[in-house]
Amino acid sequence: MDLSLRPLLVAALLGATGFLAGCATPTPEQKASREIFDPYESTNRSIHGFNVGLDKVLLRPAAKGYVAIVPPPMVDSFNYFAENLSMPGQMVDSLLQGKPKQAGIALARFVINSTVGFAGLSDPASNFEIPKVDTDFGETLHSWGLGEGAYIELPLYGPSTSRDAIGLLVDFVLNPLDYAKNQPVDNLGLYAQAVKRLGDRGRYSDAVDAILYESADSYAQARTIYMQNRRFKLEGDTPDLYITPDEISTEGF
Amino acid sequence: MSFTFSRRHLIATAGAVLASVTLPKSALALSETKAKSMVDQLVGQINRVIDSGKSESAMYRDFEGIFRSYADTSYIAAYALGVDGRRATSSQKRAFTEAFTGYIARKYGKRFREFIGGRLEVEDVRQIKNFLEVRTTAYLRGESPFEVAFHVSDRTGKELFFNIYIEGVNMLLTERTEIGSLLDKRKGNIDQLISDLKTIG
Repeated sequence: MDLSLRPLLVAALLGATGFLAGCATPTPEQKASREIFDPYESTNRSIHGFNVGLDKVLLRPAAKGYVAIVPPPMVDSFNYFAENLSMPGQMVDSLLQGKPKQAGIALARFVINSTVGFAGLSDPASNFEIPKVDTDFGETLHSWGLGEGAYIELPLYGPSTSRDAIGLLVDFVLNPLDYAKNQPVDNLGLYAQAVKRLGDRGRYSDAVDAILYESADSYAQARTIYMQNRRFKLEGDTPDLYITPDEISTEGF
Repeated sequence: MSFTFSRRHLIATAGAVLASVTLPKSALALSETKAKSMVDQLVGQINRVIDSGKSESAMYRDFEGIFRSYADTSYIAAYALGVDGRRATSSQKRAFTEAFTGYIARKYGKRFREFIGGRLEVEDVRQIKNFLEVRTTAYLRGESPFEVAFHVSDRTGKELFFNIYIEGVNMLLTERTEIGSLLDKRKGNIDQLISDLKTIG
């Protein structure tokens, strides 16, 4: 029986994004204020609780074990491997964003690291000073003018927005590698990403713990940090929106 | 779960807060070369503190002293408390700034170890509205370089930093969220918040 993870995950993601797409959208005033639009907060919080619980009992201990047992260079290798597998998809995204140069870089990385880099297990492209590429279909949608929509926390995945969740789904379904003939393993990219996440969770353990277990409200902290970082990644510097040193009275402080 | 963005933010903030201590008194007339050598000097200082083998509490004390001298603690504290500051009495405000400063020092001081082997390089200084932005690049072990910006004003008559942006994530907004959550958990009780802040972080 051909039991693939793909339809299951697509269904799950569709379920998650389906109820969001076309639902609440921020008003122009809300957009201008740059406040985070979170109309699904109670649902999001439930999912956050699930994610944190899963992290506590499974991901965190597994990640700690993984980085304790597997030597750091090998963890790096698996990360390079996962990154390399995402390059063809990122090439397509770059093209769709009208960035042919970045698409070329993604392709060059994929070709070099897949060959000289032992099937992507090392990163000689970086040694040749080929810049990193890090994009996704959420960014493509942004470049087409689609707003971020509502904040959502996805099961297993974590913080996202309705736009970025759709992007995630598209990247997943449209990964060109999955349409290549002679694939050694189904969903290889997906497993590689899962291993990469495990490695990242282990390597950055203290910092993730600080957010998830030491902050007063880990949901609110994860939400603000994700949104600030995501907006910066997509929009770059926005000096007009910087906080100035006269926005609040310091009298008495 | 994709929580890795946060780690970068935290370690970078730790490094950044520390780095800022060497911003010279005349930051507004800051030359890049001068600022760069200051930051280099600072990274050496941080590493010395880490290598000193001091206890964690001694390290936090060092850091707190640094933070008090070079950060606009009144503004950072006032911003973090936000609208709740309007109903605070003068003595509550003073006590809050005091407790909050220690909390920040401990919270970011905790991340010292992850900064071992890292360095910050000053890139440029530019005027934005009524303050200066000093942009630096952080190079941490095993990480792609990323941007850390210090926002400096002379609001108090002295050049002090009042905010730090690390890849778009800024300290003022992040701490306002956290202080808001802490206050909510205490049903808005500012005195309780002040007393708890002395040990949190």
